[in-house]
Amino acid sequence: MDIGQYIDDFTSLFSQYDVLAAFRMTIALTLASAVGSLLIGTVVAIMRVSPIDSLRGAGALYVNIVRNTPLTLIIVFCSLGLFYSMGLQLADRESPTFLADQNFRLAVLGLSVYHAAFAAEALRSGINTVPKGQVEAARSIGLGFLQSMRIVVLPQAFRGAIAPLGNTLIALTKNTTVASAIGVAEAAALMKVMIEFRPDVIIAIFLLFALGFVVIVLPTGVLFTWLSRRLAVVR
Amino acid sequence: MNEQEVLFDAPGPRTKRLVAIGNVVAVLVLAGVAWLVVTALAQQGQLTAQKWQPFTTSDVWLYNILPGLRGTLVAAAISIVTSLAFGLVFGIGRLSQHRWGRAISTTVVEFFRSVPVLLMMVFFWEFLGPLHIVPGDQLPLVAVVLGLTLYNGSVVAELVRSGVHGLPRGQREAGLAVGLTESTTLRTILLPQALVAMLPSLISQLVVILKDSALGYIISYFELLRQGRQIGTTYQNLIPALIVVGAIFIVLNYTLSRVAETVAHRLRRRAAGGAPAPVPGPVPAAVAAPAPTDRGPERTD
Repeated sequence: MDIGQYIDDFTSLFSQYDVLAAFRMTIALTLASAVGSLLIGTVVAIMRVSPIDSLRGAGALYVNIVRNTPLTLIIVFCSLGLFYSMGLQLADRESPTFLADQNFRLAVLGLSVYHAAFAAEALRSGINTVPKGQVEAARSIGLGFLQSMRIVVLPQAFRGAIAPLGNTLIALTKNTTVASAIGVAEAAALMKVMIEFRPDVIIAIFLLFALGFVVIVLPTGVLFTWLSRRLAVVR
Repeated sequence: MNEQEVLFDAPGPRTKRLVAIGNVVAVLVLAGVAWLVVTALAQQGQLTAQKWQPFTTSDVWLYNILPGLRGTLVAAAISIVTSLAFGLVFGIGRLSQHRWGRAISTTVVEFFRSVPVLLMMVFFWEFLGPLHIVPGDQLPLVAVVLGLTLYNGSVVAELVRSGVHGLPRGQREAGLAVGLTESTTLRTILLPQALVAMLPSLISQLVVILKDSALGYIISYFELLRQGRQIGTTYQNLIPALIVVGAIFIVLNYTLSRVAETVAHRLRRRAAGGAPAPVPGPVPAAVAAPAPTDRGPERTD
């Protein structure tokens, strides 16, 4: 096989397909779902450490149900169940990009709901890194529950949660590929289209997309490891 | 820190009243949310007997759900074995004395850990198809297993490495001191202990494999989620079908997670109790009697 010809065949694909746009979509999915899952996750984590039994139970129920359900099922449910069966609308039906917007938002909804369970557990494990003595000290100088939470526990807990939150973000980045199941034009969807168009250069196409994810994921990991060391509470 | 222990000290009458009020309010809010979901489902006609009735017939279970479940379990079972083999090879590679062995293993593990599983499944599905190495009806299964193995095998490799690094240094030194080579020490002394220590994480990884096997839905592998969708098309009851399939996944995975927790708990107690691991072979009854601290119900910690 002629290497030069192979490379030419492969690079000719770039005039036809916008790989960068697909990865931009992947990053957009990641960022939107990261915000969503952090919001839901914080609420669930607070529920799980609250003194109110029913809230604790509901938080635990949410985490156990969502964590044990396949993400593919959640995403498919968002599209076929919520949209096609229940008629849920998250975008303007009159808009020319209705279906693309709708699918993107359904995917963000599914990804947020799924990763919120992991974000909640990361935050809770952050609270668990705070030594008991810190709370005992806070209480012994006369702080109440909310005060000791706000002034002593939570600032340390957030710093302890950075490393597990980083792992959740990395998993989320990779899991955005599942959105291709409901027709979001992100990296995995484009890879499939390109492979089906040019099966002769399949290995180069796969390596391109795989390296694309490595380029996104590895620096994220390095950044979060650095942050968690930098912000670690010295004890 | 156990948040329930110190954050709230013995509540006084005022706090007790506040918590009770909060409990009532929370129950009302949660019930309200549940009621909204139920009415929304009912309004769209998702709760009619007609939509749920198929699940009381044996046909749906015999021809749809059980074959689908079988597909999911087959893919998961093969993948856990192959992941374990892959993980052992590359985990040992990462601990190797040879610089090149380490470098190659590290590259392989880091690469497959950062590439999405779905990307690998799609690649193998499209790549192996035209080569006709595997029969066409087995192609999706092979692609699912390869994707799951490369990712989860890399995770297992990391578990092996951290398991060996987590052992006391004296174990390796003792092995070398009695004249064993590095590789014999690793094989006969370090790995057996590391494998026991990583058992809970391995079982948790099984949950990940079981869940990720549902990705096979996207490359037309015959598994539970695909069958759920099939039921939804046949009986026009997609939402009930997905709920039933989801419930099966949840029960399976929740059971596995509990098994992992139990194993971890037992291992911790054994380590904490300082009791030697049960010795195989005949043991005098007097010695054997107090030994099972690692499973006896007498300890409540």
